[in-house]
Amino acid sequence: MSGESTYNPSNGVSKWLDSRLPILRLAHDSFVDYPTPKNLNYWWTFGGILSFCLVTQIITGIILAMHYTPHVDFAFNSVEHIMRDVNYGWMLRYIHANGASMFFIAVYIHMFRGMYYGSYKAPREVLWILGVIIYILMMAAAFMGYVLPWGQMSLWGATVITNLFGAIPLVGENIAIWLWGGFSVDNPTLNRFFSLHYLIPFLIAGVVVLHIWALHVPGNNNPVGISVKDKQDTVPFHPYYTVKDGFALTLFLILFSYFIFFAPNVLGHADNYIPANPLVTPAHIVPEWYLLPFYAILRAVPDKLGGVVLMFGAIFVMFLLPWLDTSKVRSARYRPLFRQFFVLFILDCLLLGYLGAQPAEGVYIVLARIGTVYYFAHFLLILPILGLVEKPKEVPESISAAVLPATPQAAE
Amino acid sequence: MTDAHTPVTEEPNRRDFLYLATGAFAAIGAANIVWPLIDQMNPDASVKALSSIEVDLSAVESGQSITVTWRGKPVFIRRRTQTEVGDARAVSFADLPDPENDADRVVKDEWLIMVGICTHLGCVPLGQAGDFNGWFCPCHGSHYDTSGRIRKGPAPKNLEIPPYDFVGDTRIKIG
Repeated sequence: MSGESTYNPSNGVSKWLDSRLPILRLAHDSFVDYPTPKNLNYWWTFGGILSFCLVTQIITGIILAMHYTPHVDFAFNSVEHIMRDVNYGWMLRYIHANGASMFFIAVYIHMFRGMYYGSYKAPREVLWILGVIIYILMMAAAFMGYVLPWGQMSLWGATVITNLFGAIPLVGENIAIWLWGGFSVDNPTLNRFFSLHYLIPFLIAGVVVLHIWALHVPGNNNPVGISVKDKQDTVPFHPYYTVKDGFALTLFLILFSYFIFFAPNVLGHADNYIPANPLVTPAHIVPEWYLLPFYAILRAVPDKLGGVVLMFGAIFVMFLLPWLDTSKVRSARYRPLFRQFFVLFILDCLLLGYLGAQPAEGVYIVLARIGTVYYFAHFLLILPILGLVEKPKEVPESISAAVLPATPQAAE
Repeated sequence: MTDAHTPVTEEPNRRDFLYLATGAFAAIGAANIVWPLIDQMNPDASVKALSSIEVDLSAVESGQSITVTWRGKPVFIRRRTQTEVGDARAVSFADLPDPENDADRVVKDEWLIMVGICTHLGCVPLGQAGDFNGWFCPCHGSHYDTSGRIRKGPAPKNLEIPPYDFVGDTRIKIG
């Protein structure tokens, strides 16, 4: 937040550096003495958890790239070589593969938290938009990473997704050929996906810096959704939230470790342990779990272009969220109707996720259509109308008034 | 919008021309540099070199199919039975999302040769399956008939017919 800097260089070296590159001052003001609302709950710890996930993916990814071969004849075997021959290769690969899932679990909680507490509303629209950009980059990175082991799901997942671009009128076919570097997903495709998969995490890191910058201009939102009024409402980031984030991260790591060491393949698909075969399509092509809701939307539409447009629309509609929600009240705590619709929206996303994993036939298609309509209705109808018709509960005067006992100074 | 005290239009002078010319020159130069960076992703010479194959069909009996690879894609070659040809010919245009005569899709009635890639999102359909006893794509449920024409499901087009010729009675060249 743009306040007075409290950094006080303690020795000659840090004084010397501070007058030349005040980087320690920036770190101190951003992560040590940064004034943070004192009522943040555990849903606010996922930003730190996500930073941890990104660093984990980059470190394990750089190491895996030292042993992996991006060529159709060698890719599958080089992954098996990592699993069997490389020292701790199995662990590094399982961390990286399950790390992607953990990253998405954390990002979905982080996003739903933002939606519930209205963290996208003024003055945090740019913060939210940067977050959506990170999310899209994450999906691109995850998709390309899934292609690299060159199993059956790698090849056919890549085929289905790159064919989405073929739905674009007139130039679609040429765009698909350009993406492939051939007439189907083949060696040139694998090679460039590897290159881009290595690049994107660093792009994400760059946008994360902007995301934190945009966060530190207005400061954190908080569970009551009202702005910080004075020093009474805040505590310094360190030690209060470094400790809280650290504790949450520890719990998160327990879950992460469970998957790495006890169930490393439950989140993947067994078919990806079959080497890629361009002549045989697996009976059910399913993407990784975190993409399933969008896959359900894609398949719900009986028209190729329409399905592609709605699938991308389902992601891009999030960019408009700050302007679609017309309510002035940020936190759902004071929005009784919105709270109920928020629960319905989560259920709808889970339903779509379930349907994305089912075969595209019969009742599943009907349900997927209902789910798709509701998904868009939530953004385009319910949120704009709710803000106009809903009568919010009374919002407290300040953060302190909301969290401290009713009698003033009772806590002291 | 314009202030009454300032002249409404000003004659373009030599400096304006220099600005525009410099800007245009830089833009064209930039486009020339960017194009190789984009075009390098298109199919290279080694990929294009594999663009035609010859296939011997003599071992394929009526009612049998083979799959060959052309340009990295599967090509279905089916020697159709009389019933299958009959079924394909009996369909009316009204039932076809992408209307096409069966006769226009084959060189010889018996031999149906097409790219085995679903026109929806590129999966390989399964043969002699689906509601029309033609091909069925398991990915998103597209049904094709015995002429490889789309009949039901999300695919927009019939299965593609590659360019091919009979170079002998039982030998074809694809591509």
